Amino acid sequence: MPLVRLWRTTTLRLALLYLGLFLTSVAVILAVLYWSTQTFLSHQTRTTVEAEINGLEEQYRQRGLPGLVDVVASRSSVRHTSTIYLLTGPDYLPLAGNLSAWPTNAPAPGGWIDFDINDNRDNDRHPHHANATVFTLAGNFHLLVGRDLRELEQFQQRMIEAMAVSLVLTIGLGGLGGVLISRRMMQRIEVINRTTQRIRTGLLQERVPMSGSGDELDQLAGNLNTMLDQIEALMAGMRHVTESIAHDLRTPLTRLRSRLEITLLAEHDLTSYRQTLQDTIGEADRLLATFAALLSIAEAESGRLHNRFEPVALAGLAQDVVELYEPLAEEKGLSITLTTSGEPQVMGIGQLLSQALTNLLDNAIKYTPAGGHIDVEVVGPAIAAGENGHHGPFTGHNGGDHAGGMARLIVADSGPGIPEAWRDRVLQRFVRLEWSRSSPGNGLGLSLVDAVARLHGARLLLEDNNPGLRIALVFNENGPSSPAGIQAPAAPFAGAAAVEDMDPAG
Amino acid sequence: MKILVIEDDNQAAAYMVKGLKESGHVVDHAPDGKDGLFLAGSEHYDVLIVDRMLPGRDGLSLVELLRAAGNHTPVLFLSALGSVDDRVRGLRAGGDDYLTKPYAFAELLARVEVLGRRQTSSGPVTRLDVGDLEMDLLSRSVRRAGKPIDLLPREFRLLEYLMRHAGNVVTRTMLLESVWDYHFDPQTNVIDVHVARLRQKIDRDFPTPLIHTVRGAGYCLRA
Repeated sequence: MPLVRLWRTTTLRLALLYLGLFLTSVAVILAVLYWSTQTFLSHQTRTTVEAEINGLEEQYRQRGLPGLVDVVASRSSVRHTSTIYLLTGPDYLPLAGNLSAWPTNAPAPGGWIDFDINDNRDNDRHPHHANATVFTLAGNFHLLVGRDLRELEQFQQRMIEAMAVSLVLTIGLGGLGGVLISRRMMQRIEVINRTTQRIRTGLLQERVPMSGSGDELDQLAGNLNTMLDQIEALMAGMRHVTESIAHDLRTPLTRLRSRLEITLLAEHDLTSYRQTLQDTIGEADRLLATFAALLSIAEAESGRLHNRFEPVALAGLAQDVVELYEPLAEEKGLSITLTTSGEPQVMGIGQLLSQALTNLLDNAIKYTPAGGHIDVEVVGPAIAAGENGHHGPFTGHNGGDHAGGMARLIVADSGPGIPEAWRDRVLQRFVRLEWSRSSPGNGLGLSLVDAVARLHGARLLLEDNNPGLRIALVFNENGPSSPAGIQAPAAPFAGAAAVEDMDPAG
Repeated sequence: MKILVIEDDNQAAAYMVKGLKESGHVVDHAPDGKDGLFLAGSEHYDVLIVDRMLPGRDGLSLVELLRAAGNHTPVLFLSALGSVDDRVRGLRAGGDDYLTKPYAFAELLARVEVLGRRQTSSGPVTRLDVGDLEMDLLSRSVRRAGKPIDLLPREFRLLEYLMRHAGNVVTRTMLLESVWDYHFDPQTNVIDVHVARLRQKIDRDFPTPLIHTVRGAGYCLRA
């Protein structure tokens, strides 16, 4: 890997960041340790020297100068002592002590003096520092008491060496730790990267493996997988629509083309040409209607509409649709009754819900024989849940958000009904039952209702009305779950799937 | 009426121009947004028919520009995009009506004529008269030849729409959109039954019918 690319990797940057932080903290800790030890030791030196001076002062006061000479001589004869003594006459020539000559440095204002010792005591040829305090006694005698700092400096030297070794170790350990930690993280990200790359090459069924730890990366993997599921479902839906269009628009298009072709083949008069053109326009209109229905279904299934959801009052919506169809039903000798209980409100798209109800009523009118009856029922959530019927504020503007119960929209007719074995199939596109082939329609009505139901997180139930068909849209009490609409549409041969299982959350 | 068609599909435009001319209108055609904007800005038209997707400048921004420049010529959008969203966006940009492709020419013609004859009336209308049929919008009452006629609320709105566009062909889709506010076509022609009922009340007891069926298009109310 070229250096530039290596530098760009998050692994390296994270490792360096880790190392930097680690190194800084260790350096700060060591510095504090060094400083406090240093302070303690120099304080110790001074205390020792001061104690020594107190002892000598006592001797001097009791026994005078000779006593002091004695004590200094005896004390300085102790081997390996790090205390320095020197007693001189007025001429600074040594009388007693373990220092060979009076230091040349001038004392600092506090009476303390720093100097180098050059004598080869203990076979140490290196000059080393000493720190001492000086007094002038009566008769211009001079006394120096101090401490050889050699041991202290050796200790400092050791400490600095130890600190240097620690820092080197820190760099090694920190670097290693940084690389390990960031590699561990980046490896998991790398797995996600590799998976997405494979998906990009067209392997849409690939999924990011999950570790099951539930941490952020696992959540990311989970979210990616959910997104992929949705994309796959969308693509499946698209493929299904395309196939449906290809399959079911081709037939009428071929019919239309043949009609025109045959008309051209034979000699005709103007009226029959006009007739053919009229028929062709009629056929084209039916094609366009089918096309529009397919687009409505696709729109409901696309899931793009969730941001356009608004509260829809089901009772008013049903009343409008029933009113629209009442004259038609009457003309066919059917009666429609609308019963409403509660004030059900759902979050959704009014136009699509109206269209769905329109399709249901259209079907009911189409298939119910004269003299029959159609019931449209709108049931409010509170009553459906068997609660104490507190409507009003609780069934207010939150649509499906109120707790308990579900809003229902029911269309029941006294027609022939749908045999149980067929109930799943009728929801699929273009499926028409045998006896319905003679009546107009494109076989998309219930598919649209199904798509609209799923968009709104509602279940579509087909039941027996004894006699007749009872279709219920049961809205989810929690409102539509957000990606509801992008469920894969019922596969063409998924006859085994129960209609009740079309819960969008599932 | 003088109509400008801004449409990049030359064949579709040619059919449209031919149809509109045969219906007695004067038609200009611009093949892209740039020419369209120039023509619409420099000449007076009664209606603009604007395709939403155009080379040069898209239809939405073209209309937005015209409106910003104070041009209030009625605009009918044509679009292959027919979803709820697209429709709302078109109307918000300043369009007056929206027709999704593919459309029936009769539908286009009816809408264009309604748009072109839309009166910029001064003050609210309180009375509508067509022949001996009169509608009082304040007391919500209808009389024909002095005899009061009882209408249901929806029938009243249906008749009101027909009377407001008296002399124009009104399609079933237009009625569904304006009277019922439904932007989809039901599988069965429910509108026909409603119009038949209205006819019973308006025309049955009188010698001259006012509501006429226009074959392949819709209805027309005229004296």
